[in-house]
Amino acid sequence: MIHLNINGKPYELDVEDDTPLLWVLRDTVRLTGTKFGCGVAACGACTVHVDGEPVRSCSFSVIDAVGSKITTIEGLATDELTAVQQAWIDEQVPQCGYCQSGMIMAVSAMLVENPTPSDEDINETITNICRCGTYPRIRKAIHRAAKMQGGN
Amino acid sequence: MAGIKLTRRKFLIAGAVIGGGLAIGYALKKNEPENAALSSTTGEGEIALNAWIKVDADGQVTVAIPRTEMGQGVYTSLAMLVAEELDADFETIKVEQAPIAAVYANVIAVQDALTPLSNEYHEGEETIVGSAMGSVGRLLGVQATGGSASVRDAWTPMRHAGATARALLVKAAAKSWGVPAEDCIVEDGIISHVASGKSSGFGAFIMQAAEETLPTSVSLKSESQFKLIGQPQQRIDIPEKVVGAANFGIDIDLPDMAYAAVTLCPVPGGTLTSHDADAVKNMPGVLKVVPFETGVAVIADSFWRAKTAAEALLVTFDEGETASFSTASAMKTLLGNLQTGDARSYADEGDTLAVLEEAENKVEGQYEAPYLAHACLEPMNCTAKVTENAVEVWMPNQAPTLVKWFAAQVADVPSENVTVHTTLVGGGFGRRLEIDLMVMAVTIAKALPNRPVKLLWTRELDTQHDMYRPAAVAKFEVALTQDGKIDAWYNRQVSQSVSGSFTARLLPWATLDVPDTTTSQGAADLPYEFANELMEHVPVKLPVPVGYWRSVGHSMNGFFTEAFMDEVAAKAGQDPIDFRLAHLSNHPDFVNALKKVAEVSNWQVPLTAGRGRGVALHQSFGSIVAQVAEVTVDNDKNVSVDKVYCVVDCGLAVNPDTVSAQMEGGIIFGLSAAFYGDITIEEGRVINENFPDYDMVRLANVPEIEVHILQSGRPMGGIGEPGTPPIAPAVTSAIFAVTGERVRSLPISKMGYTA
Repeated sequence: MIHLNINGKPYELDVEDDTPLLWVLRDTVRLTGTKFGCGVAACGACTVHVDGEPVRSCSFSVIDAVGSKITTIEGLATDELTAVQQAWIDEQVPQCGYCQSGMIMAVSAMLVENPTPSDEDINETITNICRCGTYPRIRKAIHRAAKMQGGN
Repeated sequence: MAGIKLTRRKFLIAGAVIGGGLAIGYALKKNEPENAALSSTTGEGEIALNAWIKVDADGQVTVAIPRTEMGQGVYTSLAMLVAEELDADFETIKVEQAPIAAVYANVIAVQDALTPLSNEYHEGEETIVGSAMGSVGRLLGVQATGGSASVRDAWTPMRHAGATARALLVKAAAKSWGVPAEDCIVEDGIISHVASGKSSGFGAFIMQAAEETLPTSVSLKSESQFKLIGQPQQRIDIPEKVVGAANFGIDIDLPDMAYAAVTLCPVPGGTLTSHDADAVKNMPGVLKVVPFETGVAVIADSFWRAKTAAEALLVTFDEGETASFSTASAMKTLLGNLQTGDARSYADEGDTLAVLEEAENKVEGQYEAPYLAHACLEPMNCTAKVTENAVEVWMPNQAPTLVKWFAAQVADVPSENVTVHTTLVGGGFGRRLEIDLMVMAVTIAKALPNRPVKLLWTRELDTQHDMYRPAAVAKFEVALTQDGKIDAWYNRQVSQSVSGSFTARLLPWATLDVPDTTTSQGAADLPYEFANELMEHVPVKLPVPVGYWRSVGHSMNGFFTEAFMDEVAAKAGQDPIDFRLAHLSNHPDFVNALKKVAEVSNWQVPLTAGRGRGVALHQSFGSIVAQVAEVTVDNDKNVSVDKVYCVVDCGLAVNPDTVSAQMEGGIIFGLSAAFYGDITIEEGRVINENFPDYDMVRLANVPEIEVHILQSGRPMGGIGEPGTPPIAPAVTSAIFAVTGERVRSLPISKMGYTA
């Protein structure tokens, strides 16, 4: 049995130690907001936070998350939307929306480390793939979220 | 509900039971809802409003959307059409996926796909041939999302649906208040009679409205009366997409569901010869091993366990005749047919070959485009549950009617016992018009009856078992007059036929060798005025399954024709925009688009050394798009596309923000192809595996994009695809402007450029 803390809740799960965290979240815990895109940590659709750090959960064994606090897209907002999520609505970012959980998780972690990222910082840090091509709006939404957070 | 004749009352009751509310519909032609689509051809007052609108006792309006939401904003734009005429409160409107019924057929998409010689940019859906094919579309009743056709197709019926429902509600309110219906107004879902001070929401009148006789005719708003249409509206589906609550096909979660992973023969057409199920039977969670014609599935209690076991299986395949095939050999076949072989003419004006024979000043060019994968970010999946006499399918798909027809065949059950749930789609781009995942999922689920089985492919399977955008080659020969205008234009192309390949997959007994829009579109219908023009195409058969890929034939023809126009302009010593304008005297809409993109891009203002601009103009799916790309190229041939200016004329833009978003996305989709897209086949198998070797544009190399929407008043065009074709030629022409080198084969890496 593996014990995890996901979005503040404890779970006891019957999975193999080397199962990628992604599949434990999706198929065992049934939190499907975290997406499978490539399985090789190349697209970022599966990004979650492990102790606040962005992690590509398709390539992260569940055993390595034991004892850590895992946050998924479902646990990002508590009562109201975060600045990043609100900025995503304000800029009308998503198209199909499939990559956006991972994008929002990656951006949220970046803004903790770097509250006012430059375009170069964004280019270096956010390497997730959006096949619909919402990047121009993602960039605008990141700057908007940074401003919103700075204003709080 | 298709196939069952319901009286209006029964239909309303069914709506109330199913939706917990009331479905307001009108059925014409003797209350036959399934015939409703035909009524649009039978005259005023006979058009059916069918299952598009539900209103509950609280006045909540729900619009049934018969198209797939795959990011193109169709939930919102189609709801806008209904809400505009219903005068509903758009802020609170809800949408739901419509069921499968003939009334929801996508007439325009079928018409465009089946009309071999439709001259899209001049006559669009109004062509005589087009109308005839429109009737075929209605008869076939194919409910599909594609061809950038959703809004155009829904434009009349869904506004009528709104207007008719509004009329019924107003009649009921007026009767209940004892006032004339014509004195009532409706605003944001509230019906009011100003003189008496009466006012109430829709919900109070739904029972009475259902009893009202249908209006013999309803008048639709004129453009100047629109409140929603033409104004940017926030997308209805976005809030759930930022909190991880949107349910895609891959997210389907059903009681007692099992998970399937597969190992497939790497060569298309190959078959399974042996497998050793015993080796994996005792692995954790494994429920069943299911061999089928082209591979083996493992069903387990989670996807990871199923995948782990599927990869541990020992399997052998008979790879068949295709095992010696390669894209290198395909290219030889294509190029060979560029020189010899029977071709079919798609445009033939004047006496092109004779003029070229005599011409003194000629320009020639030869172009190549590779196979491309769709690479939807949501990997291919389908969930199926097979019971004794029925099958239920949950699938992110673009063609529920096809899914239903063929699920019945695979499961061997009556068609009426098939239920298809079309989910949100994590990227479609044409890939999810295919039914291969359904066939595989139902085949596998038959081995575990009475339990839903979710089949999911890995990214590697997605990359290696796609229906690809066909590789294509083109050669051009033009004759220039003394004043530097094109007198004769000859374009010969070779590729596989998309519609031929698609049809053969669905109907293997059908041998089709007919004219095919998907090969010639964007090459045979150029706006340029050439006195002599010959465009011909050689369809070749190769063992690569090819399919509809965002903008289809336009995706290569836009590159070929516009890159070559740039080449001719340079040879003629003319500015690329002036050169195009000189061939567009009778095409004012194209002139406007070009002039606008020249203006907004500061075309006349020179850029600094190492930077350059390229332009492209292309019409597809009824919309004109002109783009200017600004690029920087350094001495190591590193290319940066810094900015793209995009002018689109799609007629009336229903949701302008969605038009902009689709232009942005279409440009980036085309850029990924121009930078990286290249599916390579060796020994019969696709050697690309995943994003590291089938890469995508990311934030670090995405240009700034500026979209301008023209309001020309021309007939409405589509927006999902037209942004894609012009970007590759705009970029390659910009590279030429900097380096003097022509990129005649994509991706640009073939010429040593990196992005």
